[in-house]
Amino acid sequence: MPNLSSRPRLPDHRGRATWGERIVPLEEFKRAAALAGSECDATWRAAAERALHAPVADGVPVEGPYRRIVLCGGVYSNHLALAALLDEARRLAADAVYCLGDLGGFGPRPEAVWPLVARGGVRVVQGNYEQALAEDAPDCRCGYTDPRDNRFAELSYRYTAAHCSPAFRAFLGALPARRRVRVGAREILLVHGSPRRVNEFLFESTSPVAFLETLCDRAAADAIACTHTGLHWHAALPSGRDVINVGALGRPANDGTPRIWFALIEERDRALAVELRPLGYDHHALAVEMRAEGLPEEFVATILSGWWTTCLEILPARERARSRY
Amino acid sequence: MTIPQVPLAALDTVWFQVAGTVCNLACTHCLVSSSPTNRTHEGLTLEQIRPHLAEAARLGAREYYFTGGEPFLNPELPRILEAALAYGPATVLTNGVLLSSARSAELRSIADGARYSLDFRVSLDGLDAPANDAIRGRGTFARVLAGVRNLAAAGFDPVLTVTEACHEASSAAGRERFLDLLRGLGVERPRLKVLPLFRIGAEVARGGPYESWQRLAGDEVAPDGFAHLQCSSCRVVTDQGVWVCPILVNEPAARMGPTLTDTLGAYPLRHAACWTCHVQGATCRT
Repeated sequence: MPNLSSRPRLPDHRGRATWGERIVPLEEFKRAAALAGSECDATWRAAAERALHAPVADGVPVEGPYRRIVLCGGVYSNHLALAALLDEARRLAADAVYCLGDLGGFGPRPEAVWPLVARGGVRVVQGNYEQALAEDAPDCRCGYTDPRDNRFAELSYRYTAAHCSPAFRAFLGALPARRRVRVGAREILLVHGSPRRVNEFLFESTSPVAFLETLCDRAAADAIACTHTGLHWHAALPSGRDVINVGALGRPANDGTPRIWFALIEERDRALAVELRPLGYDHHALAVEMRAEGLPEEFVATILSGWWTTCLEILPARERARSRY
Repeated sequence: MTIPQVPLAALDTVWFQVAGTVCNLACTHCLVSSSPTNRTHEGLTLEQIRPHLAEAARLGAREYYFTGGEPFLNPELPRILEAALAYGPATVLTNGVLLSSARSAELRSIADGARYSLDFRVSLDGLDAPANDAIRGRGTFARVLAGVRNLAAAGFDPVLTVTEACHEASSAAGRERFLDLLRGLGVERPRLKVLPLFRIGAEVARGGPYESWQRLAGDEVAPDGFAHLQCSSCRVVTDQGVWVCPILVNEPAARMGPTLTDTLGAYPLRHAACWTCHVQGATCRT
């Protein structure tokens, strides 16, 4: 047991400062600090500020233009939800359907989504799950630290990896990391996590306006669409640009209903009209399939109840407060 | 020997040394030697902070962190958090001993009125009073637990920060025990952050200084390898200007300029503490 009397005595700092490993007179520290960093000249400051907002060319070809498109993400092997979405996209007369990645994980029989993607002409962006499966990585690269989240992420990833053929992995590995699409005259950058990283989480309560404006500047796009967090939101920015998290098709939005979400996008009055829409599907049938595959009951509970039971660690304070588990 | 220079890829995280180096505790491993008598940095007023917040937003900042010293020694902290939350999400790093139920309730109402997330990190250095109090001071274990309980009762899920000075932090079973401790205090979704020790400040007397070989040379950090270093995406505001990162505020040479815009240039990894960040992949962010 540690002995409290052996605590090292801290030096009295009255009139003195710690400078690295030394204790010096406070005035000496302040003089040295004042000399260390100087005010830069106006030209340098303006250039440095511009550089933070400067567009980064990615050479990605622009698809379209389309009148109206459907964007979805986070399919998580939920082929019944994807089939329901494709019916809905036809009903809504969408010109194209894009998926922003994470076709696999969590749900049953990962390859069941493949024929749907092919038949529906779904254009897919590579997510962290596709990247990990294609490279035969040891985990899904969500980067959890909570042991419980990690255990379930591992179960999900192992099951998915064991049920992906080499041909399916090759398909996932060949998907592009980003796409650009024009809706009317507006160009949208499609990514999985963020324009910066495939596994960056863009949650509503931690993605402030100034940050999103800067992402749009850097992306040289009128809008950015992403997924990865599994929770949908839309920010209409003061500049007239949009950032849209399209949510997830594969599991509900942690809101106590089994509904899933996607985005319907068209141009109206020279601006993007963004509609985040809920969708019902046969979630009971999915639960039956998941149980038949021996997937964890915690995953099935999420599909049936609409509340997340795993991967909660990543939620920011605001989104955590709305969570049941 | 060339010293690697880390460019600022984006100004994601802006820190405020909101209580300066003044703290109501005097932890024996404190990397900035905070204590009741340490006025190397004074606290920041709301009026001092406002222009930095506006500037940070102009530069595209994503999140704001408040540290010290002990942030709750700053009487303006609630108003400062309200101001920051108008710009983006905010996190407070606290020792937890000043978190009364009344203060926790006030923080709840601030969080509820904000558009962005308000989060807390509370420091603890052991699973019982003897282990923790040997580092953080006599009687602090019970006071920290009371603070966490008050935050939890107000509906917050604080992250517990534990340093590697605590043996349990190094094993999965030990970390699980910290999560259990949090659950026992009413934290429904417990989180834990384990921080490495930096052999600077008070820690020099406790654990010893860095060895002379613990420095980074130019070829040790790959040109595409800066993303793991927080200095590639953060700066910290103190009463004397803007420093490169929260770890180095007691190094005068780490002051980069009077305003955030003056600090958008690259910074050399010349300090021994930079070695810890690089080797252990440490970041002060949650």
